[in-house]
Amino acid sequence: MKTNYLHVHRLRRVYVWELPVRYYHWLNALAIIALIITGFLIASPLALQSNQEATNRFVMGWVRVIHFIAAYIFFFNFLFRIYWGFVGNKYANWKQFIPTSKKFIKEMWTVFKIDILMLRGKEHISIGHNAMAGFIYFLTFWAFLIQCLTGFGLYASTATWWLPKMFSWVPAVFGGDILTRQVHHWTMWFFILFAVIHVYLVFYHDYVEGRGEMSSMGGGWKFIEEDVFHDEEFHTPNKHDANKHKPKKTSSDES
Amino acid sequence: MSNELVPTKQPTYYEEVERKGYSRRDFLQFVSMMTAFIGLENSAIGQVAKALETKPRVPVIWLHFQECTCCSESFIRSSHPIVADILLDKISLDYTETLMAASGFQAEEAMQNTMKKYKGEYILCVEGSVPMGADGVYCMIGGKTSLQILEEAAEGAKAIIAWGSCASNGCVQAAKPNPTGATPIHKLVKGKPVIKVPGCPPIGEVMAGVIVHLVTFDRIPELDGLGRPKAFYSKRVHDTCYRRPFYDAGLYVESFDDANARKGYCLYKVGCKGPSTYNACGVMKWNNGTSFPIQSGHGCIGCSEENYWDNGRLYDRASSFAGFGIEANADTFGKVALGVTGAALAGHAVMTNIKKKKLIRNLEDEGKQSEHELKS
Ligand code: HEM
Ligand code: HEM
Ligand code: SF4
Ligand code: SF4
Repeated sequence: MKTNYLHVHRLRRVYVWELPVRYYHWLNALAIIALIITGFLIASPLALQSNQEATNRFVMGWVRVIHFIAAYIFFFNFLFRIYWGFVGNKYANWKQFIPTSKKFIKEMWTVFKIDILMLRGKEHISIGHNAMAGFIYFLTFWAFLIQCLTGFGLYASTATWWLPKMFSWVPAVFGGDILTRQVHHWTMWFFILFAVIHVYLVFYHDYVEGRGEMSSMGGGWKFIEEDVFHDEEFHTPNKHDANKHKPKKTSSDES
Repeated sequence: MSNELVPTKQPTYYEEVERKGYSRRDFLQFVSMMTAFIGLENSAIGQVAKALETKPRVPVIWLHFQECTCCSESFIRSSHPIVADILLDKISLDYTETLMAASGFQAEEAMQNTMKKYKGEYILCVEGSVPMGADGVYCMIGGKTSLQILEEAAEGAKAIIAWGSCASNGCVQAAKPNPTGATPIHKLVKGKPVIKVPGCPPIGEVMAGVIVHLVTFDRIPELDGLGRPKAFYSKRVHDTCYRRPFYDAGLYVESFDDANARKGYCLYKVGCKGPSTYNACGVMKWNNGTSFPIQSGHGCIGCSEENYWDNGRLYDRASSFAGFGIEANADTFGKVALGVTGAALAGHAVMTNIKKKKLIRNLEDEGKQSEHELKS
């Protein structure tokens, strides 16, 4: 029996997205979808007709309640993700979102060549999110911040809890609620465009890379070519301090 | 230097009330109304009454710059006659172009005297914005520009009240392109507390409340992040609006002549700005508590908010998007962007299958080959 390993890649199962990252991701996606739908309804409510007395109806009330519940989930989930950027694995580390090294920027260019210019790059792209994706998520996190600031800023005047009240300075920066609301509304479009492109690109990478991109947010696994996996250079867009993860030498090693 | 226009000893407010022929009962009625308006407990009524009985009236200089005088109008029509008679009428006001008897040099002299005599004690009320364009020539009084007059008067003022939207945030004359360079007061005076009382005009009782607070406690009322007294500007019109149950129920006026309008539904969809406007209209109402815009079937236009004249349209929820024409708003723009994105992604998918054909074929072949090896 002759096995020709030269043509067939041997794949490594790599645990990329830990369970908390996956929980974060889907909670985030659901919250954002709920916020977009309810946000749209707040911005331009449906023309409902009813013979019921207003006292017996609470349609818009519920839309707002859902918006605010989803907003709280979204906010705390976001805080959790920032925390996880410090304690999670190297793929989830905060450094992998910010272009701070030549290596990171070079990989962004590589991804641009492969994804947009459709050139056949020989370079490998990272196992976790690639440099371009990481950078886009970084921008997305800023949009998260803007949306939380403006959202809680609008909420502050009706809130009784100290947490949203802490945001009452936000409308003052914009000179009032009118502009704050508009900024909140415009930012929503960033989320819509992001979600559409993001989902498309997940499909695309799954298709052209064959690494199991789509299911990686389900089970956490990606399937990486053995030779790529062996070179740590290809693991993350920015270098990760590997020493921290190497098993410590013990006295028994020395003897 | 003698001048009859400025009496040497200032009478107390109560003395003036009596002189004007009001009864003690009228006075107390006024006091309890004001106490409630400025957001104090009932127990503070005594304190307010005492302050007005014992404290000499505070000298006031009231300047008029680029404005329409609606603030003064609102103030003298405030529901309790004592407001107009005592706080504003000849007595408290040492200088105000609209209402004072004096004119010309005599008037200017009265102002100069007050400024000298009560340095550090008088309240400076400013109605109107200051035009900064063309060296200030758009509004000059007695040969001085508004800015010069303001700076001179602000110098010795104890506190400054910016009446109305003009003085607080520029109002309509500051609308794009702001030809006169209309500028609100807080941007021009430094180192003095400025109390903003926005509104076009502000509610008369609110104006009176601010003055009563200053007199009673001898300090400025608690202000919010934008410099407005919290007692009157901490709630949105939307949160005190009697049509709010219709908003929450999802029942809206779709156009001003529909059945919903007759039923008194919420005016949100015909452009009501109540949800982004901080004012006391829903609680105090206007003209002796008779009514307020929403009660008469017209949405709030957000007259007490900064930039309400440029930030959006009066009868529409969505605001126009600068640079994209009158009809375009953020959603039109967003929908176009979404369409373009969709088309780009579809194009990208097609290109992927063409340009990366070999790559994808290889991946497929790899899979087939694996199975092949299994058989062999
Ligand atoms: C992905 C995130 C979010 C999206 C897409 C979103 C979208 C929207 C939209 C489109 C509106 C209507 C604005 C208009 O009147 O034109 C709105 C209103 C609002 N949102 Fe959000 N939002 C998000 C997150 C948040 C967060 C985190 C909060 C925090 C509490 C929040 C609080 C509010 C409030 C208070 C309003 C005004 C509701 C009212 O006054 O009735 N939003 N949102
Ligand atoms: C509203 C919808 C969605 C939003 C807002 C969203 C948002 C995000 C964000 C913020 C990240 C970065 C996660 C991190 O590293 O912390 C991410 C990563 C990821 N998402 Fe989503 N997502 C959405 C839908 C989806 C869907 C439908 C899928 C797939 C079926 C998916 C698959 C992935 C994958 C695989 C990653 C890892 C990225 C990589 O390997 O480069 N997402 N997503
Ligand atoms: S009429 Fe205006 S202020 Fe009143 S509930 Fe409707 S949107 Fe709010
Ligand atoms: S209802 Fe709105 S527009 Fe009307 S006076 Fe009050 S704040 Fe101004």
